[in-house]
Amino acid sequence: MNAAHRPDDPAETRVTGRDSGPDSQQKAVLEGPDIRRALTRIAHEILERTKGGEDVVLLGIQTRGVTLAERLAGALNEVEGRPVPWGSLDVTMYRDDLRLRPARAIRRTELPQGGIEDRVVVLVDDVLFSGRTVRAALDALNELGRPRAVQLAVLVDRGHRELPIRADYVGKNLPTSTRETVKVLLAENDGRDAVLLGPKEEK
Amino acid sequence: MKRHLISAADLTRDDALLVLDTAEELARATEGSMKKLPTLRGRTVVNLFFEDSTRTRISFEAAAKRLSADVINFSAKGSSVSKGESLKDTALTLEAMGADGVVIRHGASGAPHRLANWVKGSVVNAGDGTHEHPTQALLDAFTMRRRLGDLEGRKVTIVGDILHSRVARSNVLLLNTLGAEVTVVAPPTLLPVAIDTWPAEVSYDLDAVLPKSDVVMMLRVQHERMNASYFPTVREYSRRYGLDAERMARMADHAIVMHPGPMNRGVEIAAEVADSVRSTIVEQVANGVSARMAVLYLLLGGSEPAIGKEVSQS
Repeated sequence: MNAAHRPDDPAETRVTGRDSGPDSQQKAVLEGPDIRRALTRIAHEILERTKGGEDVVLLGIQTRGVTLAERLAGALNEVEGRPVPWGSLDVTMYRDDLRLRPARAIRRTELPQGGIEDRVVVLVDDVLFSGRTVRAALDALNELGRPRAVQLAVLVDRGHRELPIRADYVGKNLPTSTRETVKVLLAENDGRDAVLLGPKEEK
Repeated sequence: MKRHLISAADLTRDDALLVLDTAEELARATEGSMKKLPTLRGRTVVNLFFEDSTRTRISFEAAAKRLSADVINFSAKGSSVSKGESLKDTALTLEAMGADGVVIRHGASGAPHRLANWVKGSVVNAGDGTHEHPTQALLDAFTMRRRLGDLEGRKVTIVGDILHSRVARSNVLLLNTLGAEVTVVAPPTLLPVAIDTWPAEVSYDLDAVLPKSDVVMMLRVQHERMNASYFPTVREYSRRYGLDAERMARMADHAIVMHPGPMNRGVEIAAEVADSVRSTIVEQVANGVSARMAVLYLLLGGSEPAIGKEVSQS
């Protein structure tokens, strides 16, 4: 790989002009091409770790995890020339922090044809932080079937785990302070691709 | 901030759509293998039924249990109410037990509103006298949306005993919020005095309205609330305002027939209509559980209710 195009290249992750204005305190740590390369790499890692990815089912955690799961399925298809089933998982009803905030709208849980029974489920999410979303996802999975194995792919791991959970595939390890926020923007949801790091919004 | 669901008018358009969207996802989740959700674990829901009810009480109980709430059922028969205990004293007893949500059915219009001042939890009106029954309106709207899609501009006709019907009032209010056009059809004696203030058209002629309707909702003739003669004979009522197969044949192809139940077969609705493919009567019962799960989740699931309205102290 050409060193100049490494995803970690600071030249590609500096503050860009588009982030001025209301987002001026936010710094883009990943841009569109970085996200694309990270997903391609994760796709290869999945194929390597699961020996060709035959039994793999991708389950995106609502909302942006679903977009990422769809993109990963596309990347896997490109490499292996074979469609990989993917679906969506909403974990709201399984969260342990529901009572800390007003009740939130719930979103669709949709399993691909064939379900998850005896498959290798790769959970996909945008940011891994406390690990509580993943814990809720594991509980939700319990109700849907018994996969042979469950793995976790995230675009960004920002640290500060509160539970013994780690990701199997990581797009970028991003050391952060708890006083910062990490926001993932995806073209399908937000109009453009980027990972933004900024100070926590004052309440 | 404590919020309640006492009137269908307590719901803004956004609130109502949030309930319907939530109900849709819950219905999909429970149709599959997710039979029970842990969401309301540790919360207590009290079903306080001062009036007879089968489907509403069972529906609320099933909804609360599928969300893992603890459910306490209370019916006036066989309780201290038959010994003369007042609503307020009953409410204080429940309060001492720590109810997070109280579902109340009462024969007196306004009872849930009074109760909301006495308890700390959220109050859900499960039917008060001839006033309102908001969760019925929500499950009806949910049923319509599942069959017909968006309700904006849809023509809904509600036929029968509007005067005594809490279902009609709640439906008119909610459907108006959701952008549907409602027509109520009834003999003049079964329309409330203030019907001109309702956001609905009024007609006395069912046959004129039928072909233009997307939804025809038949209401039960509530003999138990009728203390006077509102129409000459049941047969005459049935002939002019009942829905039989011949009338149903004049409805648009996509149009559906609804009934909140319990039905008087042969009075307001003929048996072959009730059992036809247009009829949503059985779906309404199943949808009732999803709609009530949505309401309980949105009122009790978070740190504070996401829907409903505060009640001013009085």
